[in-house]
Amino acid sequence: MNLAIKDIRHGLFRFVLTCLGLGLLMTVVLAMIGIYNGLVADALAVVKAPAADVWVVEAGTQGPFAEASSIPATTRDAVARMPGVAEAGAITYQTIEASHAGGTLRLYVIGFEPGRPGGPQRITEGRGLGRSHFELLADRKTGLVPGETIRLGRDRFTVVGLVEDAMNSGGDPAVYVTLADALTLQTAMDPAAARVQAARGDGGLRPPTVAAVVARLQPGADVALLTATVRQWKHLSALSQSEQEQLLLASVVDRARRQIGLFLGILLSVSAVVIALIIYTMTMEKLKQIATLKLIGAPDRTIVGLIVQQALILGISGLAIGLALILLVKDSFPRRVVLEPFNALVLTGIILMVCLVASGLGVRAALKVDPATALGG
Amino acid sequence: MAPGDILVDVRGVAKHYGEGETRVDALRSVDLRVHVGEVIALLGPSGSGKTTLLNVIGCILAPTAGRVELDGDAVFDGKWLRSDLRRLRLDKIGFIFQAHNLLPFLTAEENVSVVLDLAGWPAERGRERARDLLDYLEVGHRAKVKPALLSGGEAQRVAIARALANRPRIILADEPTAALDSGRAQLVMDLLRKLASDQKACIIAVTHDEKIFDRFDRLIHLRDGRLVDS
Repeated sequence: MNLAIKDIRHGLFRFVLTCLGLGLLMTVVLAMIGIYNGLVADALAVVKAPAADVWVVEAGTQGPFAEASSIPATTRDAVARMPGVAEAGAITYQTIEASHAGGTLRLYVIGFEPGRPGGPQRITEGRGLGRSHFELLADRKTGLVPGETIRLGRDRFTVVGLVEDAMNSGGDPAVYVTLADALTLQTAMDPAAARVQAARGDGGLRPPTVAAVVARLQPGADVALLTATVRQWKHLSALSQSEQEQLLLASVVDRARRQIGLFLGILLSVSAVVIALIIYTMTMEKLKQIATLKLIGAPDRTIVGLIVQQALILGISGLAIGLALILLVKDSFPRRVVLEPFNALVLTGIILMVCLVASGLGVRAALKVDPATALGG
Repeated sequence: MAPGDILVDVRGVAKHYGEGETRVDALRSVDLRVHVGEVIALLGPSGSGKTTLLNVIGCILAPTAGRVELDGDAVFDGKWLRSDLRRLRLDKIGFIFQAHNLLPFLTAEENVSVVLDLAGWPAERGRERARDLLDYLEVGHRAKVKPALLSGGEAQRVAIARALANRPRIILADEPTAALDSGRAQLVMDLLRKLASDQKACIIAVTHDEKIFDRFDRLIHLRDGRLVDS
């Protein structure tokens, strides 16, 4: 006879409510884990998108994400000719706001040269950029759809395709345009006074600049050698892909990541205390019944089994409800909520541990109960 | 009576709490023998030691001194002589509580069969035995009902069935009729007397209920931890 199940069935409504409450708490914990992962994934998405081996940026900067970087667009030809480089592409990044559907869209505009590194790896809907002007690829989170048009700067662009999970570390969804359009857009975004001066012919023509040049290397080429070679040029610096990713995590999103991480730690601690309290209270409410069981001869293992089984059923049910809820609502979050099976596994392990420790407190109280208390004398 | 007829043999049992000025003697050199088929009552004012003596016989409380034999087995002689006291209770002793103490999450039948489950009976045999006992106590028709839906008398009869399930020879009852009206109390006592006779068991009950005194073979009076007469 399984006393734990019998007891749960007896107070099923209350037990389900408790599981639901715990499930909501688990939803919040899982949401925080997902937001934490999402923050890191978002930040890295834009760095990983070009699938580059080396980033060539302005000397003395840690660009183009941690710091502003501006190098001549012609740098791409120089880098492409270096030994070991398979292909290279110039790339620009800028954040702009555009009007769309009666509201304002904040967009992360990535300019790249179609056919060269810098563009998206996968287009999930529509096609790639086919014309050299006024076409764009948008991240699905922009809400733009293929065939739609949107005004960026002075020009109207047509959405020709959609990509996914392309955004900057602040969560602004990305749009890809040709480098030529991006450079025009840069000029359009210049301060008005500078544009007036340029129109008057004062200051002459500025050579076009890009944020970085990304390079893919030939198989077997030495990344360290290439970056060292690039650094010998006074006006350039170079970072490997992994250095760029580390730099981004260490500088751009580090504080936000630590903040969420700390909050997650607090949330897990609160959850542990709540679970412990629920299980302890459930046990304390049964002390008279436990005393009766002991008096009629129930061994300790029966009493321990009753408490531990209920604790584990509670923890696992709460976690399952939490998982179901977060999977249901995660796409409604404004920023990405990324949950890996590994996260669920680790959380399951933590919850099981918490349940066992919490039931340990209950078991301790139960084993101390004097069977004489059942006699009421 | 023959020595083999003695089910409870308590000799020189003493129990005190605290030391020095705070010392309280709950039992002072109590001797008590209860024979097969006997139904006895422990009487006395509050604090006289009735419950302490019941707890000592029920192997719930270790006396400070003395010797206790249950059904021919020495269980205490200055110290517990057996480590598995819960198993001893399961096999030899049945308890009937003042407030019946049925487990609220089990049906009447399960409340009885849980004892047999703990004793290692096969589940089906346990259920059969539980049903037989409930039928015998005339609550068989309430076998699938949970305690909250039983009347006071029904619940007490289920509790008696539970106490008898594993065929114990010593039944300890703490105010078994306190929650019952006068008529129902008489019926329960008649039932206990019949059980003691049928199962060759003895019944030791703590009670204040004067209306049922005539249903006991002996009335044992305790005062300040001593037996004053019987």
